[in-house]
Amino acid sequence: MKILIMLLALALMVATAEVRCAEAALPQQSVYQLGDSFSDHNGQDFALASRRGKPQLVAMFYTSCRYVCPLIIDSAKAVEHSLDADQRQHLQVLLISMDPDRDDVAALKATAQARRLDSSRWTLARTSRDGVRRVAALLGVRYRALADGEFNHTSALVLLDIDGRVLARTEKLGTAPDPAFMQQVRAALGSQHATAPHAGSAPD
Amino acid sequence: MRLLPLAMLMVPALGLAGGGYVTLPGGSYKSVLAYEDTGGTVTLAPFELMKRPVTNAEFLKFVRRLPQWQRDRVPSVFAESRYLAHWASATALGSAALPEQPVVMVSWFAASAYCEAAGARLPTWNEWEYAAAADATRADARADPAWREQILSWYAKPSNQPLAEVGQSPANHYGVQDLHGLVWEWTEDYASMLVSADNRTQQEQDRLQFCGAGAIAMDDRENYAVLMRVALLSSMEAANLTSNLGFRCARSIDEGTP
Repeated sequence: MKILIMLLALALMVATAEVRCAEAALPQQSVYQLGDSFSDHNGQDFALASRRGKPQLVAMFYTSCRYVCPLIIDSAKAVEHSLDADQRQHLQVLLISMDPDRDDVAALKATAQARRLDSSRWTLARTSRDGVRRVAALLGVRYRALADGEFNHTSALVLLDIDGRVLARTEKLGTAPDPAFMQQVRAALGSQHATAPHAGSAPD
Repeated sequence: MRLLPLAMLMVPALGLAGGGYVTLPGGSYKSVLAYEDTGGTVTLAPFELMKRPVTNAEFLKFVRRLPQWQRDRVPSVFAESRYLAHWASATALGSAALPEQPVVMVSWFAASAYCEAAGARLPTWNEWEYAAAADATRADARADPAWREQILSWYAKPSNQPLAEVGQSPANHYGVQDLHGLVWEWTEDYASMLVSADNRTQQEQDRLQFCGAGAIAMDDRENYAVLMRVALLSSMEAANLTSNLGFRCARSIDEGTP
């Protein structure tokens, strides 16, 4: 009997270790392999890997941008609006500034407020110049600083799975979401429900 | 990348600077990339550039020091599967990768990490182009047809021959070697080169990924060798690599130097 209990205990330890291991190891293709430190619009520092657990809608922008960047926010909002309330709760939106020199926490905060972005789902973030270059490379966003302080940049919405792998991307921006992209978003949220039925009950 | 702050403290022991750096004075020059907003005139601050491309031996020191950049450990998001595939193993060079040959088959992420570990960075395209405009005696030899011919003759050579060792070519006006004739080289901002001034408006979205060249006036059509380099670099993704693409590092004068 004693041996049985010990064996059971041992088995439990092994199982726990395996679970921990599975949680710790990021997939090779995960954007969350990036070790750079980010700050959100509330001044909280975070690593991308801390976003694990929920699918993410990610894009790059900068706050002083007058043309495309407001459209990027509109497009992310449009994706949210095409979801039902429950699905919406399980999608997080991460907008990363490509202009760290001017987009400090206060500038990000001001934009979040001006655009009435719900902080429970939306994060506006900044990182170092080198970090911007790296995260842009991972997301396939190309940009160049212009002489007048604006940027040329490609504009994309990128969908990451719960472990930070790129599932889909679209460069079709606008208030009517790209249908093919929406299909992928719904699929990601669907599979997340299947694998993590209690995710919604965890306190944020 | 997470270990980099630690790695930077080890810089003196690392020996990652190889042939060392030379100082370039900077100033204004005419880039082959005449963007609408710059008109092609670029002003550079003084900077330092590695005299030679980074070698296999130097890159081996780097991956031994930072094992997360060894080929069996690096996440695929940072380097495609052929990363350093010509090496004998993750930590040995072998006959297909001689110590003094330039390291190739490295991604932009890996090249950037190396330079960061060496207390440096990749050069910008403008810095590279400026350094590469010089021949042995002139800071800007680009208008000389004979010099252009010499560079183009390299591109005409088949690329399946083993790479020469670094440091075999004559030093240019600034003391930099191997900018032409050995390998292509990553630049820090390789991804930004063909982004056009047109894509700030949604109407232009469809054109922007590969048609950005519309906003770059190719004023210098004769400078075909440099334009080929631009085309190659801008076709790469940051995890990509090729058997002819290496790198060297640069440092700003006001930072990263003792």
